[in-house]
Amino acid sequence: MGQDIKLRVSNIEKSFPGVKALDRIDFAVRKGTVHALCGENGAGKSTLMKIINGIYKPDGGEIYIDEVPVKIQNPIQARGHKIAMIAQELNYVPEMSIEENVFLGRLPTNKFGKVDWRKLRKETIKFLEMEELSYSPSQKMKTLTVSDIQMLEIIKAISNNAEIIVMDEPTSAITQKEVDKLFKKIAELKAQGVSIVYISHKMDEVFKIADDITILRDGTVVDSMPASELDVDKVISLMVGRKMESIYPKESVETGETLLEVKNLFSTGVYKDINFNVKKGEIIGFAGLVGAGRTEVMRSLFGLDPITSGDIFIKGQKIDIRKVSDSIHNNMVMLSEDRRRYGIIPIRSVMENASISSLEKVIHHGYAHAREERTIVQEYFDKMNVKTPGLDTKIQSLSGGNQQKVLLAKWMLRDPEILILDEPTRGIDVGAKFEIYKLMTEMAKEGKSVIMVSSELPELIGMCDRIYVMNQGHITGELSQEDFSQEAIMQYATSVAASASVSTLPAQHTQIKEKRI
Amino acid sequence: MNLNILKNKQAKNKFMETFSIFIVLLVMIIICSILNDKFLSSNNITNIMKQLAVGTILAYGEMLLIICGMLDLSAGAVLALSGVMSVSVFKATNNLLLAVVVSVIIAVICNLANAIMVTKFKAPAFIATLAMMTVARGIALLYTKGQNILQIGKYNVFGQGKIGGVVPVSIIFMVVITIAIWYILKHTTFGRSLYAIGGNEEAAIASGINVVRNKYIVFIINGVLVGIAGVLFMSRVNAGLPNGAVGYEMEGLTAAVVGGTSFTGGVGTTLGTLAGAFIIGCLNNIMNLIGIDSYIQQIVKGAIIAFAVIWDIRSKSKKTSKVILVDEDPETKGTFARKAS
Repeated sequence: MGQDIKLRVSNIEKSFPGVKALDRIDFAVRKGTVHALCGENGAGKSTLMKIINGIYKPDGGEIYIDEVPVKIQNPIQARGHKIAMIAQELNYVPEMSIEENVFLGRLPTNKFGKVDWRKLRKETIKFLEMEELSYSPSQKMKTLTVSDIQMLEIIKAISNNAEIIVMDEPTSAITQKEVDKLFKKIAELKAQGVSIVYISHKMDEVFKIADDITILRDGTVVDSMPASELDVDKVISLMVGRKMESIYPKESVETGETLLEVKNLFSTGVYKDINFNVKKGEIIGFAGLVGAGRTEVMRSLFGLDPITSGDIFIKGQKIDIRKVSDSIHNNMVMLSEDRRRYGIIPIRSVMENASISSLEKVIHHGYAHAREERTIVQEYFDKMNVKTPGLDTKIQSLSGGNQQKVLLAKWMLRDPEILILDEPTRGIDVGAKFEIYKLMTEMAKEGKSVIMVSSELPELIGMCDRIYVMNQGHITGELSQEDFSQEAIMQYATSVAASASVSTLPAQHTQIKEKRI
Repeated sequence: MNLNILKNKQAKNKFMETFSIFIVLLVMIIICSILNDKFLSSNNITNIMKQLAVGTILAYGEMLLIICGMLDLSAGAVLALSGVMSVSVFKATNNLLLAVVVSVIIAVICNLANAIMVTKFKAPAFIATLAMMTVARGIALLYTKGQNILQIGKYNVFGQGKIGGVVPVSIIFMVVITIAIWYILKHTTFGRSLYAIGGNEEAAIASGINVVRNKYIVFIINGVLVGIAGVLFMSRVNAGLPNGAVGYEMEGLTAAVVGGTSFTGGVGTTLGTLAGAFIIGCLNNIMNLIGIDSYIQQIVKGAIIAFAVIWDIRSKSKKTSKVILVDEDPETKGTFARKAS
């Protein structure tokens, strides 16, 4: 681990028509180190990484690899310079085999151009064994869990002998155990002299693995120094440009009567014996590993997945939930974990995305009142602090955090009594996270109930009044505030349930669907 | 860069996105009127519209289906089936209203079958309506034993009649349907739901939209439109043709797509589709007026469709990327943050 600079960018500038996205960026990664890049969404991190990976062309400035100036015009050239990028949204072809995915775009061929399947298999097996992944190379990619797919992306990078690996939010969809595995891998790579640029919103991770930290804000480098000279609060205040009062704006609220009660909820092969309740003014959390069945329970409550048996009571009244509208009409709404898949309608405007579930508010006697709609939506956008150039902007062009706020505004428009949030802060910046926490607190203060599913334990501990822990389709523990600790939660999350009859749950939702068919 | 400039830019983009197709149409009309001085005569304009009526009505059905991520390949065949049935009912009863009702009901039944295949059995609309296309054509031929139904008498009033001796009946149908479709798409919950379903079906479900019901409704509306088109078509050709209207679904699809309806779903407007239909109508008309060989006409038409679509995609993708950049603009972010704090 020397002081040799592996990758250096100097004076990088990038303007888009009328807009300066990056302003004289200087940034250097030492050989065999992990360099964390921190900044709010929109600070320019991804633009910078896209330039390094040849997706964007910089307007000015230089890129040096081993102190030799290089030109990177496209991703293929980046690959030639031994740069690999592991994107936040993993790119893979679900219907193709593991081996084809690992060597996608560079399948080994013989001199006639025929794919050399034997070589392909041999190479893939070598890598799979190296990473101790027990899959067959011919297995379809879609049968893998998210974290294993991520591991494969890393394998892909290694198989290409990458010397610089950019990882964009690599832990946003994997469990703690898998994070540990990833970090072990990163340590190995470091030892081999690979330089890693690590982008993450998770400060604890950054401080665990980073040797150096560079902080970006509004397209400029605010600071760049060894991690040992920084702490979490300092990084956050540098990122945001102001001091955060507190990360979790939790206020204690007098709780009232039970609003939602779930009894013996059961879904064949998915979850079993689910019993829990939420009181007015209460924020409850659901902890557990990915695949523990938390999302599936919430999806059933919201009418997206079928329930085999069990009862749901709202305000003591038994209700029947078969479809989403049943849930909505009982004032229960859910923000889905997968914003792209179940949340946004990408090509439509932010206004339409916000009003789609409350059209009866703006359509009277079969006629849509556009002005009224604008006023109502704008009012909620102001409340939620949504940053958008206009109401007609397509939602796909907003940052993740703002998309999430638009989706929250959509449900707030209905004035719900029970708000279910499934991984509400995944992949969004510190500022937007804070807005969401604030909203949860507001809801509780108004005597409403919030259910939060999260894989980030500090967030659950910081925001919840009670936490239920799930494992393998069962609720294995319930913790009240005084018993909160990461250790206690993890213990329940990994303990084997006494009546573990719901066998190994597949980690991915698609698999569950397939099983039902 | 301040917020106002950004807002103006967005407003300009939105204007262009909405009206670019009309500018194309306008340019085309100007060129056509220069090429031939008869083009703008009221006679010729009426003629164009009369020829357009059936295609435009079918185009609206296709547009609604494409917006919510489907399409209808059976429109031409179902049109023929409901048309010949309608003609024979008229010949038996001499009742015009009944003839229209029969045509609409038959087309709606065919489209309900489409809807069931798509929603209940999860068949892709392409396959389901492809099957319906073959079946409906077969029934039409079976019913008529492959013979054209001639001497249809007063039935031709729909396609050839004029109200007050001036305004053709078919144009009135087209205008009324245009207004109705515009209203449905723009001002009803159903219309707004269609965009959401086509834009992201899973998100639409998670937003509480009843996707299955909306798909039934859209097929029923398509059925009504195809049924009316069947009456207008048979009436215009003055016969019940079981082999008629072959490929008319393509005319409808073309008008919708040229008019900016996106095959990826979630995008499309009534007026855009109307403009798309007019662009194709004008093109056909001017090529006939200046006497271009009909084989060459086909080639030109195809090329212009390809050009129109590529132009549309390019101009739209440019606009989208611009907005993304606006979002990344650190200064705007600052402006908003300041405004908020």
